[in-house]
This record gives sequence, C-alpha cells and structure tokens, in this order.
Amino acid sequence: MMETLDQLFVLLKRWVVGEFPAAWRLWLSPLIDAGAIIGVFAGLFAVTTLLERKGLGRLQNRMGPNRVGPFGVLQPLADGLKMLTKEDIVPRAADRVVHFLAPIAMVTPILLAYAVLPFGRNLVAVDFDAGLLFFFAVGAGTELAVFMAGWSSRNKYSLLGAMRGIAQMISYEVPLVLSAVAVVLVAGSLSLPSIVDSQAGYHWGWLARWHVFTPWGLAGFILFLIAATAESNRSPFDLPEGESEIIAGHLIEYSGFKYALFFLGEYLGLFAVSALGITLFLGGWQAPVPFLAWVPSYLWFGAKLLGCIALFIWLRGTMPRLRTDQLMNFAWKFMLPLVLVNLVVAALWHGTAAWGFFGAGATRWLLGGAVLWLTYSALSHALFTAPGRGPRTYRYAD
Amino acid sequence: MKHTPGWGLLKGLFETARNFVGSYYQPGRLTTIEYPDERLPVQENFRNFPMLIYDGADPERGLRCVGCKICEKECPPQCIYIVLERDRSGKVQKRPRLFDIDVSVCMSCQICVEVCPFDAIKMNTEYELSTGDRFGALLLRKAELAKPNEYYRRLHPTEAAEVDARLAAAAQAKAAAQAKEQAKLTAKPAKPAWSTQP
Repeated sequence: MMETLDQLFVLLKRWVVGEFPAAWRLWLSPLIDAGAIIGVFAGLFAVTTLLERKGLGRLQNRMGPNRVGPFGVLQPLADGLKMLTKEDIVPRAADRVVHFLAPIAMVTPILLAYAVLPFGRNLVAVDFDAGLLFFFAVGAGTELAVFMAGWSSRNKYSLLGAMRGIAQMISYEVPLVLSAVAVVLVAGSLSLPSIVDSQAGYHWGWLARWHVFTPWGLAGFILFLIAATAESNRSPFDLPEGESEIIAGHLIEYSGFKYALFFLGEYLGLFAVSALGITLFLGGWQAPVPFLAWVPSYLWFGAKLLGCIALFIWLRGTMPRLRTDQLMNFAWKFMLPLVLVNLVVAALWHGTAAWGFFGAGATRWLLGGAVLWLTYSALSHALFTAPGRGPRTYRYAD
Repeated sequence: MKHTPGWGLLKGLFETARNFVGSYYQPGRLTTIEYPDERLPVQENFRNFPMLIYDGADPERGLRCVGCKICEKECPPQCIYIVLERDRSGKVQKRPRLFDIDVSVCMSCQICVEVCPFDAIKMNTEYELSTGDRFGALLLRKAELAKPNEYYRRLHPTEAAEVDARLAAAAQAKAAAQAKEQAKLTAKPAKPAWSTQP
C-alpha cells in the first residue's frame, strides 16, 4: 500500500501513457512530464509569492497582505490578474525582437533544468548520466536572458543592472559549481538520482548518511546556499535589481506579463537551485530518520524544498544589500579559496574512508572540520579584521 | 564568541526570527493601523480645510460671517470666493450670498482663521474628502462649509472654550453698553436741553 502511494505519480503516468496507441507514447511521455513540472512549480511560485510577502511582513513586525480572501490567501490571484491586465509597453528605442525574447529566454532554460532533478523515488523526467553538468549548463542560460533584457531595453539603468547581473552571476557560478564538485568527487557520479542513492542508509541506525553531516558537506552546503542566493539574484545579493540605486535594473522596461515571466523565472530558478542543493547535500527525497521512511518520498522532497524557501525568505528579511565591490571580494577572495579547500577536505574524507580503527569517524570529522574552520578564520581575519581591513571609515561624512 | 566571523549575521537572523514568532502572540509589536477598518483618533491641533461656524439651529440665519471679505483678501492662494447678499433695493446686507472655498487650491495655512474678527471661520479636521468629481465636489459651497458651534467645540475643545468666552464677554459688554445707552435715552428729557454730555 505505502509502496503504491510512494510510486503513485510514476504508476499514474505509466497507466495514462499505456492507454494511448504505441506510436504516440514516445511523444506523450515527455509532454506529461513537462506539463506536470510546469503546473506544479508554477503553482508553487504562486504560493511562494504569498508566503514571501506574509513572511517578510512578520519578520519586520508587519502584517503582510490580508485583504484578498481569508488571511489574504487569494492575493496571488489578484496579483496575477493585475499583471495580466496591465499594458504591455515596449520603449520606442528598444530592440523589439530581443526585448520580446528575453523573458522567454529567462524561463525556458530553468524549466529545462527541472528535467534532471529527482523529485522522489523514480520520479525524475530524464535520468541523465551527466545530469549535474546539464543542470549547470542550461542554468547558465539565464545569464544571457538578463543581458538580453538589459541591452535591448536601451535604458542606462537596464544596462547597468544587466552588467551587474552578469558580473555577479558569473562570479558566483564558480563557487556554486565547485561546491557541487565536492559531492561528485565523493559520490563518483554526475547523475542526480545516483547522487541521492549514494546518501541512502543510516549511521548506527538513526543518523542519515546525508552529505550535509560531513565537514565538507556542511561547509559545501553553506557555500552552495550563499552562491545559490547570489545566482538567483535574491537579497542580500539583489544588486542587479537594486531598487534604491538603479530602480529595477534589467526589469525597468518590462511591464505586465513579460515582467511576470521574469518574476516567474527568478522564482523557478530559486526552486531549481534549492532542489539541487537538497539533492546534493540533504539526501534528496530520503527520509531523515528510518522510522519515518514510510512517508512518500515526494512529500519529503516537498518538505525540504519548503524549508529551503523559508530559509531564503528569512535571509531576505534580515540582510541588507551588499555593495558591488563587497560582492566581488566576497566571491573571489573569500568563497573561492574556501570552496577549493573544501574540495581538498572532501578528497581527504574520500581517501580516508577505509580507516577502520576505533574513533576513525570522529577523527576524520575533527580533522576535516579543523582544516575548514582554520581556513575560514584565517580568511575572514585577512579580509575583514586585519589592520587596515576593518569597516570603512569616512573622513568627511559622519 | 562575539568576535567570531559571521556572528553578526547569526545575531541578525535571531532578531528577525524573534520578530516573526513574536508578531503572532504579541499584538503590540505590530504597528500597522488597518486604516479603513480602524483609525487613529484625530489630534486636537490637527487642521485640514476651513469651515464656517453658525450659532443656533439654522445654518442660514445663525452664520457668524458678515461678509467683510477680509479672509478673501488675505487668502494667499485665493481660494475663497464671496458674494454679498443684497436686498430688493440693491442695498448690501451683512451676510454672504455665496461663500465658496476651493479645497483643491486651499493650502491649509489658517490665515483666514487668524484674520477673521468675528470668529466665523475655523479649521475643520475632516480628511476623507476624496472624490471622483475633480472640479465640482472639491469646490465647497456655503451649505457644505456651515457647521454648528457644537461641532467646532467637539473638534477643538480648548480653542472653542476660549472663543466662546471671548464672544460671551463681548456680548455682555455690548448688552451693558446698550443698557447704558437706553438708560441715558430714557433719562434725557429730565435734563435741561443746554446741559453738556458728561
């Protein structure tokens, strides 16, 4: 019974496809996958906009939207209607074709990236051998969309925003990929379902074998989260939009549904990169404790995804925006060395896996943790607290 | 612990988490006033646009305004428009036929109130004046401007008490003067015709 429930969607799709003549099946199967992914994650987008607005409000001692429907639950509907009924304005000087294509180029690659993510046991659209590579490859396509939007609008703020966006996304792509590489190194596979399988089972019968419970996994997960926040242009790394400085960056000249598509793209990107983080470090769809393993795998995945979204909302409600130079320094001088050291620690962890003496696990943990902590302290001292490196002092202001 | 790098971030996250949880069971944390459903009480010193005060029950006959047009002349943006009442022979009466204030022009400076020698014009606190009719509904006529003295007392109790006391004193002085005049008139025939005034 629980087995059927766990495989519900897989069986359902197999049954639906089986009802059609054999010639259609080859085309129907991916269509159903695509439809399900678009439907589920567009719905999650609507829910998240509400959760984000309510959550941000509460984090700042406000109420958040509560006018439309009970407790404001129909707010996404009102927002959607508003977006759809707005006038679609294209500046006269804009490059019309590129301006039109940019929102599409934003959403399409992200939807493609969902194809390789395992949402549950056997619940993956394409079990691709190089799934992780594919994810990063198509995910990088959104950078092009940001620049297309900024360039084609022919607006100085748009262009500035797009430049910032490109610089930021390319810089943070490096730690993002390198923190994922540590997982590939240990799991020995680029396929996301087999990376999830490598985290199956429990230490001593209760502690899940997730990568986040190893020193390199913990550091990798935090680095991955920071890089993912920057990749999805979210606060505190929302410089490309920077409402107070460049109004809305590359989004200035977009209105109505095109703007909504950008918004959708940003949130879908956030979900995708959270899902990847879950797959790489948090055991994917695996249950955290063995006695809860009967809960369907996709529910575990959904719970972890909502947890990640809540974390991102929390961060957005807390952090002020960085300055461009701080952003770049952080990426290249802090995260890059740390992520490289993390790679070495992961290699050490993998190399010492055969140690069998008593307390080998604790020794490996302490060793890896000590290396990472020392690097972290040394780097932050050298960058932020060393003489002449402290907070900026202003001679005339203040 | 305080100097551990990243400690400030954790402290900030803790603070916002406390806000999040606290806002659900400590209503005092939420500073929002949900305006159309609830509103803050209006301060006594608050002022918005002028109104005309009348005594008694009839807004037409009890109006304190005598149509001296001082406020019309002093109004910096010139938003007041007064036309005096005339009787059948064309003689000017001491009350306005038209008294219009264009509140889309009025800048709430209160100069009209300060120059009025009859305490006839005072500041209203009504602030929900939004309308779809930009030209008609924002030009307030005499009938819309006329407010009873009780209303003024309710809006600005301190100021109204002072005005009432002043008016009462003036009325008393006037009555006393009139009584004196009356007494003089009635006493006159007893005196010789050539006697001088004291």
